[in-house]
Amino acid sequence: MLRKAVVPVLGLSMVLFVAAPIIIHRAPYEATMGLVQKIFYFHVPAAILMLLLAITCGVLSAVFLFGKKQAADWWALATAELVVLFGSMAMVTGPLWGRKAWGVWWEWEPRLTSSLMLYMIFVAYLLLRRFGGPGAEKLAAGMALFGMANVPFVYISVNVWRTLHPKTTVIPNLVPPMAWPLWLCFTAFLLLALALLAMRVQLEEQRARVESLYLAAEED
Amino acid sequence: MRLIRAFVILLALSGAMPLHSASAAQPQPQDEFVPLSEIPPEEQLPAAPMVIAAYAFVWVAVLVYVISLVKRLDRVEADLRALEHKDN
Repeated sequence: MLRKAVVPVLGLSMVLFVAAPIIIHRAPYEATMGLVQKIFYFHVPAAILMLLLAITCGVLSAVFLFGKKQAADWWALATAELVVLFGSMAMVTGPLWGRKAWGVWWEWEPRLTSSLMLYMIFVAYLLLRRFGGPGAEKLAAGMALFGMANVPFVYISVNVWRTLHPKTTVIPNLVPPMAWPLWLCFTAFLLLALALLAMRVQLEEQRARVESLYLAAEED
Repeated sequence: MRLIRAFVILLALSGAMPLHSASAAQPQPQDEFVPLSEIPPEEQLPAAPMVIAAYAFVWVAVLVYVISLVKRLDRVEADLRALEHKDN
C-alpha cells in the first residue's frame, strides 16, 4: 500500500513544484521587501516541515524507547533524515532572504539560534546512528526527545523575545493572493516529505530483511 | 637644544596629521535604523540572485536526496537478491 502510493504522491509533488514558480511569480510583491520576499514561499514550508517532522521523530523515538517497537525506530530514523533535509533548506534560504532584507546573513537572535540548535541536534542524531555502533539507536532516540522538546521554544521565540525574525502572526494574516501560493507550496513540500518518508522506511525494512537473512545464513 | 625642540615639533605634527586624516575618513556612526532602500547603492544587493539561489538550492537538495535514496535502495535490493539466490 505504502510502496504503491510513493510514485503517484512523488509525481503529484513534482507537478506542484514545477507549477510553484509560475504561481509565485504571479503572487503580489510585498511592499517593503519586494522580490526577495518571494523566498518566503519555499522557506516557510521547509521550516514548518522541519518542526513537524522533529515532533514526529520525537514521538516515534518515545514509542521505540518505551514501547519497544522496532518499526517505530525505522520511521524515526527516516523522519530524522527529513528533518535535516528540510532543515538544510530552511537554514540556507533564510540567510539568503535575511542578507537582502536585514543586511546581514546571520544574527544570533532567539529564532535563528534555536532553529540552528534544533538542526544540529538532528545532524548529531544521524551521526550517532551512522558511527555510534551497537546501542546507538537508543542513545539517538533519547537525543530525538531533546530535539522534540526544542520545537515549542523555536516556535514561540519570535513572540516572546524581541527579534529580527517576523512573528508567527504573519501567516494567519496573509492576504489571499499571498496565502494560497504559500499553502500550495506547503502541500507540495508535504507530499514530497510523505513520498520520501515511505521510500526511506522501505530502505530500513529491506536492510532488516538483509540482516535477518545474514543471521539465518550464519546459523546454518 | 633647538634641534631637539624642532625634532619634537616635527614628530608631533607628523603623528597628528595621519590621525586627523584617519578621523576624517571614518564614516559617521549610525545611531538609528536606516531603511535598506536608503543605503548607498554599493551596499545594496540585487534580489533576483538571492531568490534564484534559494529556489535552486531547494531543487538540488531534493534531487541529491532522491538520488542517494534510490542508490541505497538499489544496493540493499541487490544484497537481498544475492542472499535469496544463495539460500536457493
